[in-house]
Formats: sequence, C-alpha cells, structure tokens
Amino acid sequence: MADVVLITGVSRHLGGRFAQALSADASIERIIGVDVVPPPHSIGRAEFVRADIRNPMIGRIIGQAKVDTVVHMNVLATPTSAGGRVSQKEINVIGTMQLLAACQKATSVRRLIVKSTAAVYGSSPRDPAMFTEETGPKTMPTSGFGKDSVEVEAYVRGFSRRRPDAEITMLRFANVMGPRIKTALTDYFSLPVLPVPLGFDARLQFVHEQDVTAALLLAVSGPPVQIVNIAGDGVLTVSQAAAMVGRPTVGVPFAISMLGAIIRRAGLADFSSDQLSFLSYGRGLDTTRMRTVMKFEPRWDTRAAFRDFAEHAPPIVPGADTAIDLLGQGAGGMMRLAGAGVGLASRLREVVR
Amino acid sequence: MPDTPRDAFATGAARAAGERRRRRTTPLVGAPPVPVVPGPLIGAAAPSAAQEPPTPGMPSGTGPASGTGPASGTGPASGSGPASATGADPTAEGAANAHTGRRRVPSRHRPVPRPTPVPTTETAVDVRPATRPAVRRLRAVPSPAQGSTTAENVSTTPSAGDELTARVAQARRDGATRALEGASAADHSGGAQQARGADWAGTAYRPQVVRDGEGPAISESLLAAALTQQELTPDIEDVIAAVIGVLRTLAAASGLGPDEVEAQVARTLAFLRRRLTGDYQVDEFGFDQDYTENFYLPVLRPLYKQWFRVEVRGVENIPAVGAGLIVANHSGTIALDAHMVQVAVHDAEARGRFLRLLGADLVFQTPLIGPLARKQGATLAANADAERLLSSGQLVGVFPEGFKGVGKPFSERYKLQRFGRGGFVSAAIRTGTPIIPCSIVGAEETYPLIGNAKMLARLFGAPYFPITPTWPWLGLLGLVPLPSKWIIEFGEPIPTAHYGSAGADDPMLVFDITDQVRETIQQTLYSLLMLRRSVFS
Repeated sequence: MADVVLITGVSRHLGGRFAQALSADASIERIIGVDVVPPPHSIGRAEFVRADIRNPMIGRIIGQAKVDTVVHMNVLATPTSAGGRVSQKEINVIGTMQLLAACQKATSVRRLIVKSTAAVYGSSPRDPAMFTEETGPKTMPTSGFGKDSVEVEAYVRGFSRRRPDAEITMLRFANVMGPRIKTALTDYFSLPVLPVPLGFDARLQFVHEQDVTAALLLAVSGPPVQIVNIAGDGVLTVSQAAAMVGRPTVGVPFAISMLGAIIRRAGLADFSSDQLSFLSYGRGLDTTRMRTVMKFEPRWDTRAAFRDFAEHAPPIVPGADTAIDLLGQGAGGMMRLAGAGVGLASRLREVVR
Repeated sequence: MPDTPRDAFATGAARAAGERRRRRTTPLVGAPPVPVVPGPLIGAAAPSAAQEPPTPGMPSGTGPASGTGPASGTGPASGSGPASATGADPTAEGAANAHTGRRRVPSRHRPVPRPTPVPTTETAVDVRPATRPAVRRLRAVPSPAQGSTTAENVSTTPSAGDELTARVAQARRDGATRALEGASAADHSGGAQQARGADWAGTAYRPQVVRDGEGPAISESLLAAALTQQELTPDIEDVIAAVIGVLRTLAAASGLGPDEVEAQVARTLAFLRRRLTGDYQVDEFGFDQDYTENFYLPVLRPLYKQWFRVEVRGVENIPAVGAGLIVANHSGTIALDAHMVQVAVHDAEARGRFLRLLGADLVFQTPLIGPLARKQGATLAANADAERLLSSGQLVGVFPEGFKGVGKPFSERYKLQRFGRGGFVSAAIRTGTPIIPCSIVGAEETYPLIGNAKMLARLFGAPYFPITPTWPWLGLLGLVPLPSKWIIEFGEPIPTAHYGSAGADDPMLVFDITDQVRETIQQTLYSLLMLRRSVFS
C-alpha cells in the first residue's frame, strides 16, 4: 500500500485530476505534486513542489520525502504545451531518465507507475486490427510523442531490470477524450471542417479522461500489472466521429505529410506524421489484460467518451455546415452567397436613402 | 385525391416546395416573414423606417409579427407573399443588418421605389385564399409551441442576427433529421393507408395530428422547417424529396411490388439518416454491418443474380453457427469472386451470416479500397486477426493464392497457384475450426487477362497491370465484366479440432492439410467445369 505518492506533471490537466482523486484516498499519508509551473487548478491535498524532473533535485525530493510510489505523468503529447519540439523531447526523454535515475537511487521507491500511450504501437496498414501488449509495432513511431514514448518505455524497462524489487505498472492509454482535456485529437475534432486523408477512414479508440484517473488510482492501490492497454470498448471511424461532432470532412489527397505541414503551420492543430498515419489507418487495442489481469472496467466506452466530448465541443463557426447538411451543402453554399448578396444590396439601398 | 401513398407524399412535398419557391421570389432574406397587416400601416412604416436609424425601425417591422402571428390566426409565413412583403421587408432587413454593425457603404444605385401599390387588407385577404388555400391553412394554425417559437424568433431577429443564423441552421438540421425519421417511420408502419387517407390540403391535416403520432412527424417537420427556415437556407426537404423520388424510381425499376418499394425506400432513408448522424456500429476490425446489409450487399445482388447468374451448391456445408474457415480459389483479374462469395454466404438459406475475408496488406494501404474492405468485414491476412475472428465464432474467408491467383494469365485459368505458406491451416488448427473448401467457376472469364504491362504495374506499385480484350482499350467500358456463368460450390468441411492446438506447430501436418484442401478445390473445379455447358450459360 502506498504511503507517500509523488506525481509528476501535476500542473497539467490529467495530473491535477489524478491528484484530486488521489486526495480522497485517506490511506495515503502524503501526496507530492511536482511540476515546473504552479498548477492552475486544485490538486486536492497534494503538496505542490516546484521542480523540474530534468534536474537532479528531483532525487533529493524523493529521498527526503521517502516517496514509495512514483506516478510518472509528465510525458507531453504536444509540442505546443511544452514550448516547442526540442523542449518537449527534453522533458519527455531527459526528464524520464533523470526521474528513473533518482528512483533507482532511492531505496524508498517500491512502485513505479507510468502513464504511457498506445502511440508506441504506431499505425500502419500492415498492423493487426487489435494490438495486444505483446504485439510489436510494424513501423516504429518516427517522430514526436510516439517516438518519445517508445524511448520512455525503454528506460522504464531498463529501470525494472536494475531494480527488480520495484513493482512496475505501465498503462498504455488509447487517445484520451473528454469535455475538458485538450489534446491534438480534441483540437482536430474542434476544427470547423475536418481535413481527412482522402480515401481513408481510420478506426479510432478512445478512453475517457475520468477513466484515465480511475485506472491510475487502481494502479496505485491494486497489484502491479506490468504493461496493460487501457481503452474504451468499441471503435469509431473518423467519419463517424466527424458526423457525431457535426463537422463536415474534406478529403485531402495523397500528400499526407503536406497536409500535416499545412495544419501545423496554420497553427490549427498539432499534427505529427505519426498522427496522420494514425488518422489514415487507425489502431485498436486489445483490452483483455485490462479486464483479466488488472481487473479494470472502464465506465465509458469509446462511443460514450467521444459523445461526451462532442456534446461539449465548441460550436461550429456559422459559415461551416454540419455533416447532416451534406445533402444540401452545395446548394446551401450558393444560397447563402446569394442571400448575403441580397442582404448587402438592401442595406446599401437603405443607406443611400 | 391521391391513389397511392407515394402520390400523397409527393403532392404534399410538391406543395411545400411550391410554397417555398414562391416565398423565395420575395426579396426578403435574413429576416423572419412579416405577417399581413393593414395596408396603411405598412405603407407608412416602411419608408420612414428605412430612412430612420435602425432602432426605431425595429418595432414597426417586428411588432405586428409577434402581435398578429399566433393570435389572429394569420400565420407569420402567410405574410411573406409578394404583396405585403415588398413594403415591409426592407424595414426588417435594414434593422437587422444595421444592428450587426457593418459599415454602411453608399450605393451608386439609388433604389427605385417599388411601383407596387401599397396593398390593402382586402387584396391581401382576397387573393391568398384563392391561390394557396392549403398552405395558408397549414400555417394558419400553428401549435402553441410553434407559435411561441416564431414569436421568439421574430423578437430576437433584430437584436441577434448571428444567433438567428445559428438557430435557423439548427432548426434546419433538426428538420432534416426529423423529416427523414418521419418519412421512414410513416413509410414503415401503416404509412400507406395513413398517407392515402390523409388530406394534405387543409383541414384534414389537424385531425390527423390527433389520430396518429407518426404521420405528423413529416408535416410538423415541414411546417417547423418552413417557419424557421429562411430564404437564405437551402431547401433540405426539397433535396430529400428528390432523393425519395429517385429511390422510388430505382426501387420500382428493380421490379419490386408497391409495398416492397415503400419498405425499401423507408429502409434506405433510415440508413441515410444513420449515415449522416454517425449512428451505426463498427466492430473492432472496422466491419460496418449496417453498411454491408443496406448498401454493399444490395448493390452486389443484381450483379450476382442477373449478370453472373451465380449457382450455389453445397450451402449445407457452411456452418449455420460457429466458426468456419472458407478457403477458395482466387481468379478474375480484379477480385470479384471475393464479393460474390460474400453474397453467396450471406444469402445462403437466408441465414444472413457475414463472411469475414482476409486481405493482403496492399488492400489496406490503398486509398478508398482499404477502408471499404474493412467496412465489408475484411481484415488483414495475418494470424493474429484470423485467430481473433475464428475464436469469436465468425465465418472467415481466405484466398491462399492471393495476387498470384487473380493476376494469372487467362491461359492458366482454373489452375491453382501455390497456396502460400499454409498460415490459414495453422490458424484453423489452433482454433479448432473446420476448413470448408470452396470452388468458384466463372470468375476467370470475367476479365480474361491476356497481358500484363509490367512497367505500368511497377509505376503504380501494383503486383500486375492487367490487359484484357476490353481494358484499357475501351476506357471505363472495359471495366464491365463479361457475363460469364458462375458456379460456387462449398465442399465438405475438413475438421481440425482433433489435432489440438499443438498441431499448428507441426509443419508437416500443416502442409498435409494445405495440400488436401488444394487438391479438393482443384478436383471440384474440374468437375464443375464439366458441368457447365458453356462459359456464358
């Protein structure tokens, strides 16, 4: 049972939520939240310590507080939240190295929980429909978050080799969805018109942000489970999700990487080439281990999680039509133009008079 | 009085469309319709309001609407006739536009005052019942809820133009969805009689509201949509009505009875609605049962029944329940045989089982084809996926020849190629699934492959580039398959359960069973060819 829990990345949305949820557990003596910026939200009874995990000071915190459980949630998914790709990579990789080095040194650390991601599986047409925890990726993620996460997992494996007495739980979460969280994918589905790779309709799987918290809580209180996939049941295709969120899609042909570059440059959403191949081919997670070994039952399936997001999604800009209007979209656009023209004319008439 | 429900619906839709078309000719856009008011009032209000600052103009344009709309029984929409609208519209429009705060630009064209005389109450009242009694009556008695909606809309118009646009869009969406829902619901259950009995014109409309909850869904949605829908929005009901018309024509052309036509149209509408709202399930492999049942298989059936006249033998060998691995020969340049086997399995003894095909990775990395294949139930030909499907009790179909089979020259027709590495056998043994050999005759002659442009194939990254007697010489016409006569025979299942899952790791056993399956299919192919009188009959 955990006595002193250290949470990294507590100032980020999921970290804060998890700290709040963990505060309700009275059996935990002390919760320490670490991040480089003060949390913008309540972190419950967790004590905030301003520290950078890239700095060896993290070791002193762990040693002084006699931390026995470390929850590593500070692997950043988007470069914008880290202030650029270089800084993102440094926080993710160097930060994890430092943290794990500190954990290895500190004899008090008995358990390491890492929030990892399904992005480590990559996404390609040669992948099986569902990834089990043992499935290796056919194409390794080549950039961004996915690549960082692969490296983070490698360091965690190294840690477990050097500290065989420590219990490891590494949860590979599907894309997190929910009304409050902001990820590359929620940004994407908030665009007024969704550019999709032409001729592809990927399968997506989501996990609700509340289920992320619940799964991490179980990882703290339950037995160690090694690597487990966490995802809501079922899949949604991109076109289905677009229809649910009421956004029309525009197929963008061939130049998949160019599409990403355009979106990125326009600052509309953060998209790496991995995320684009994800949008083309999708990915599914086998959650047998989640049920049988970890005994975790997500409250939201993929569809419900996405619907919860869709209902809170920002409204579409007035000019954009919804997917339902696809039937009359062409005509609609023409009529609207004509309407605007007539409106302008009558206003001019009024002004002149 | 219409004879069939189709006529009833069509006349109703046509009437609504006519009304919209008429209203569209009025110059008003963006503002709600203004009701008929006594002539002098409008005549006085309109010009002055146009010159005055927008705020005083507002009451003159909107006041009468909220006042007379629901109360006096003069529907707000009825006021948008040409006579009264000409006077009142610029007012409301000007008020709405001025409020949005856009810059006023002086126009070079000073608007010529309309020569139309200020309408008197008598003309407005006299003319309209004569020309459009039905529609007027339809709008004349809005339900309290609709009345209030209208009033609310009218009152908010000048103050929040954007909000109105959003609301109109929302209402239009709702209207469209409900129109689809209503149409399908009405068509489904007793919609025939009801629509026949319903007099869409005039008074009979209201009793119908009380009598049945289904029919009015259409009319209400039409009504609500017409009330909120302004001229600047497209007529989505028109589009839907057109779609319904096309569907009916198509269904009737395919030789269905009138009842079947209606049922089919209703099913199609419901299907379209589900597509537009994303309200369908996709399994973890991407299989979309809704799409397969309602679009993919129906589209293939004419090809299956009329074009290839597929004859199916040995349906009893397809397991009615539980897993089965159907192994078939692959041929025909483009893999039409895969689709035909899917139809054959689904329609076999009306069991409605779906054949889950295993495809090469090339299929899934090809745009358009990849996602379509997944929708139809295909997934990657890998042991992980095959075993996952088989252990969940699905019927799995596999073509072990792969591209070697489809891309072989016509001269080698009905000669089975190498059966891969026998991965399908090990998957079957590991899951204890029976293997059902399946022989397909007829696919070879659909596109006789007489040549292979290797350069072009390499250019496209394809395994082969087919040259047939018609392709590419005749362009797209060359894509029409030759109408060969097809026979599909499902053979005796070969049980694998008794080998135990350890048998999957015995290469000798796997090779033996692979050969057995291959030989069975080859022998059946020869005997089926003897059976066929000629290629095309």
